[in-house]
Amino acid sequence: MRIAGKGIIDRAQTVGFRFDGRDYTGFEGDTLASALLAGGVRLMGRSFKYHRPRGVMTAGSEEPNALITVGQRAASVPNVRATVQEIFSGLEARSQNRWPSLGFDVMEANDLLAPFLSAGFYYKTFMWPKSFWEKLYEPAIRRAAGLGALSGLHNDETYEKAFAFCDLLVIGSGPAGLMAALSAARAGADVILADEDSRMGGRLLAEIEDVGGQPGHLWVEGVLAELASLPNVRLMTRTTVTGAYDGGTFGALERVGLHLPNPPADLPRECFWRIVAKRAILASGALERQIAFPMNDRPGVMTAGALRAYLNRWGVAPGRTVTIFANNDDAHRTARDLSQAGVRIAALIDVREGVAQTGDWPVFAGAQVIGTKGRLGLREITLRTASGTEEKIETDCLAVSGGWNPALHLACHTNGRPQWRDDIAAFVPYSGMVPGLEAAGAANGAMSTAAALAEGLRSAEHALAALGLQPKSPDLPQAENGGARLQAYWEVPNAEGRAWLDYANDVTTKDVRLAAQENFRSVEHMKRYTTQGMAPDQGKNSNIGALAVLADATGRGISETGTTTFRPPYTPVSIAAMGAGGQGAGFAPQRFTTSHKAAAERGAPMIEAGLWYRPSYFPRPGEASWRQSCDREVGLVRNRVGICDVSTLGKIDIQGKDAGRFLDFVYTNTFSTLAAGRVRYGLMLREDGLVLDDGTTARLADTHYLMTTTTAAAGLVMRHLDFVAQAFCADWDVRSISVTEHWAQFAVAGPLARELLNSLLDAPLDDAAFPFLSCGRVLIGGVAARLYRISFSGELGYEIAVPARYGEALYRDLVARAESFGGCAYGMEALNVLRIEKGFITHAEIHGRISAFDIGLQGMISQKKDCIGKASSLRPGLTGAEREQMVGLRPLAAEKAFGAGAHLFEPGAQPVSANDQGYVTSVCWSPTLASHLGLAFLKNGRARHGQSVRLVDHLRGTDILCEVTNPVFFDPEGGRARG
Amino acid sequence: MANLIAKSASDGLLPLQIGGLTLTDATPACITAVAPYPGQQPAVATALKKLGLDWPAANCASRSAKALCLWSGRSQVFVINVVPAGLERAAALTDISDGWSALALEGPAAAAALARLVPLDLGAAAFPEGASARTSLGHMQLLLHRSATQRFTLYVFRSMIKTAVHDLETAMKSIAARAAAR
Repeated sequence: MRIAGKGIIDRAQTVGFRFDGRDYTGFEGDTLASALLAGGVRLMGRSFKYHRPRGVMTAGSEEPNALITVGQRAASVPNVRATVQEIFSGLEARSQNRWPSLGFDVMEANDLLAPFLSAGFYYKTFMWPKSFWEKLYEPAIRRAAGLGALSGLHNDETYEKAFAFCDLLVIGSGPAGLMAALSAARAGADVILADEDSRMGGRLLAEIEDVGGQPGHLWVEGVLAELASLPNVRLMTRTTVTGAYDGGTFGALERVGLHLPNPPADLPRECFWRIVAKRAILASGALERQIAFPMNDRPGVMTAGALRAYLNRWGVAPGRTVTIFANNDDAHRTARDLSQAGVRIAALIDVREGVAQTGDWPVFAGAQVIGTKGRLGLREITLRTASGTEEKIETDCLAVSGGWNPALHLACHTNGRPQWRDDIAAFVPYSGMVPGLEAAGAANGAMSTAAALAEGLRSAEHALAALGLQPKSPDLPQAENGGARLQAYWEVPNAEGRAWLDYANDVTTKDVRLAAQENFRSVEHMKRYTTQGMAPDQGKNSNIGALAVLADATGRGISETGTTTFRPPYTPVSIAAMGAGGQGAGFAPQRFTTSHKAAAERGAPMIEAGLWYRPSYFPRPGEASWRQSCDREVGLVRNRVGICDVSTLGKIDIQGKDAGRFLDFVYTNTFSTLAAGRVRYGLMLREDGLVLDDGTTARLADTHYLMTTTTAAAGLVMRHLDFVAQAFCADWDVRSISVTEHWAQFAVAGPLARELLNSLLDAPLDDAAFPFLSCGRVLIGGVAARLYRISFSGELGYEIAVPARYGEALYRDLVARAESFGGCAYGMEALNVLRIEKGFITHAEIHGRISAFDIGLQGMISQKKDCIGKASSLRPGLTGAEREQMVGLRPLAAEKAFGAGAHLFEPGAQPVSANDQGYVTSVCWSPTLASHLGLAFLKNGRARHGQSVRLVDHLRGTDILCEVTNPVFFDPEGGRARG
Repeated sequence: MANLIAKSASDGLLPLQIGGLTLTDATPACITAVAPYPGQQPAVATALKKLGLDWPAANCASRSAKALCLWSGRSQVFVINVVPAGLERAAALTDISDGWSALALEGPAAAAALARLVPLDLGAAAFPEGASARTSLGHMQLLLHRSATQRFTLYVFRSMIKTAVHDLETAMKSIAARAAAR
């Protein structure tokens, strides 16, 4: 219920929203949790395993119980913490993990089976019969246990990633963070102050206390106003710093549009920031912990500090009759604040002996809560007094405080282990756990406001000294300076019933003791056995309590038992934010050739080649399948002329007096002897002697070469050349640079290729002076172009290159001319058929495990010189009859199709891996030879031409006999290309 | 005889104006890669001086009234808008004018928009006017130059211009939407 006159949110603005189909109202500044509590809703969720009714327990991002789904259809987001989600007009929220409704959930039956569902039950109970696990038990268990579900629909909402840089990152805007940010900002440091809340101020928004002579929240406003006025300060609200990484880098998730009723269409939902900070101050505060007592999980059982937050910030009393159960002084403030607000305090139960009466309510010192009642919400508790008698108290809300744990998680992200402090019974970070990061305030175990302010100031001074800036520290304001005064207390002893530690994953003290009993005594083993700490809250609420119980069960101290490893992210981060921009085609950059538009206009479907998009084939009216188009294109290249964009092949410009020497070193064959104006095919090995790439290199001038690489290996070869030049040839006169993008290059192939070119070039080609494997400069309408007489089709062929700005114009012109000559544009399918017919390799063949010997090119490794990979290529095992060698395959029945990836066997052999003789790398239907053809690697293949092999493709169900042939099926003498 | 029509890579994609930001084609007249041979850098520096350009240190730039020189890699700079003649003996010169396309992103929030894509501190102190860096734009190669206080010139591979414009447009829209939501 809402308490008149309480809270610091703006009650002028009413906001309507829906939860589980019912209308509610709240105020601007409400979270879903505060608005529902104000509306009298205590039941907000069902637990993971036992489907027990649960209510909100905390007021922060650590909330384990109140997980809800927000939004509709594709835009719905599951597992949103109701304590974090701000309400807005039109908000639609739904509870999760229940059917048919939150109040009546049939899976609540699980709770009755609890004795059989203890930790690790699935390892023991559902083991037999063996096959039932995968098919029955596991799916059934998974369906019964759970959180919210994804919609399964494609969501095209915008998410974002961004980078930020600063001198000082302050994480958390409570008293310590504000003080640190203010003093660093005044000293001139570039400061980012990030807080996951929608409003800055931390605990000062939740407590009734004065800072600097004014109410805490007003002091906050003053500091924020000054910070906002400074140009060197960036205030990031709704931004959770989720991880600490190397080099002062922090991950942070900003909720950008998740709280807005009608966000602009282009506004991202969330932004994942990578913040690089020279220094960082962790002022993330502390998280209050529960005490384990029987049936401590009912809606209405909350942390004492959360109650004060709901009352003092939002003006909401989560109950009408509140009881407090604690082991420290801090929780007494809850009684004070609620009582002052007119809420009845049924009792204050303190486990410590001799606690003084602090107000007008019954105090039970040295007493404990040993039971609760209320199916869908707390109705009654049972307490055991110091003298051992039991009393029942009617109450609808129990505020529990077992002390506070510093929120030190980020400090542990680079594997630093925190230190135990007895006085606050908690782990604290130490300086240097993350280089450049210092904890301050409650995150560092300083549990009073005065101490937090002082630590904030001190940590800023440390940071400024490291940054070389002169501190201009503000005066420390006066503030509350109480101590923790706490008695370590984890679990009510000698009490019947399940006592929850991890609410989110339904782990009880019994489960932890069972783990210890079954010898999962290490805290890491216990965690994995019980799943404690593995829910969305990542053990924030349960970690220390669970290890205290484990310590007790194993007879060790807590410090000795240690914590599990805190890893990023601090709170859940949506994959959509981390992968922002990567939806659909955003996954990778797209590379388009200059001819892309012209090809697309001709209806060519595109095929991806690395990042490039290349036309697959060019359908013509009446052609019903790609095969028909491809067959026609192949035929026209063989008989007329075809045009193909080959710009995607890598082009590397190599210059210098030592360019030839350099090429001799990277290629297996010799290029220093190549005459200017000539082109040679080259083969390149890796250091390990296997084939790296192949291609042609032209000598444009005496000290100037142009290397081409395959499309796939363009980047790889460039990197290789850079490495070789820097590592082995640093003092050689050689320089190389990629010019792939500068030149648009087109293959003109077919018997009419020369005629076509002569119709285009400013001066006709002198054929005698431009034989096969020539290169030279030509002019097209005054534009300087490069012409290479090379052929990947086996036909009379040229490749002509112009600066890319002319690419589209030249391509359109070439295709138009080809069509006038009765030819056509051809795509990747036809290109592939043409090269298979000729036995030319691609990376389908030189796939990384292939030696020069395997492809029959061992003769290309020059005997007269050394080259990269030569020595390795001579190792035993890289040559010889045991190698799988490249061969051609023709099915004995020409019309029998087969696929790449099929394996080869002796005709009589069983098609099993032990009998494997090789595999198929490339296949096509050859319209030229009216047969299916394949390139394959076959053991001792070159000696087996003319023999038959059995080709089996277990995936596609192919089983045929093929003849082993020379891989060059068509025009083996090469007369057509020279023609 | 053929008459080839020249086309810009960003043909049909630009200009864009979104909020207070504009994105325009800034492809220069010419770009020449200059890579001095071993020991020749002083000679090349002297020759560039005649064009009014200093030899830039790594990830730096120099400018004259007409020309620009951007460090582009180890022992390599891009000379932009003038053709550096007379250097052929001391350096490998390569015309790469058509290989790189340039975009200009201009406006008060230009640095904020680029912070969505470029992993560098582009604040006025760390990356002032005249600063340059070889870095990345999302998943793409980028040669970045702050050509004025509120103007960045982005050199990207010609073939990737569509993705570059798309990514920049998304960032510009986001900045505008954030301003509208405030």
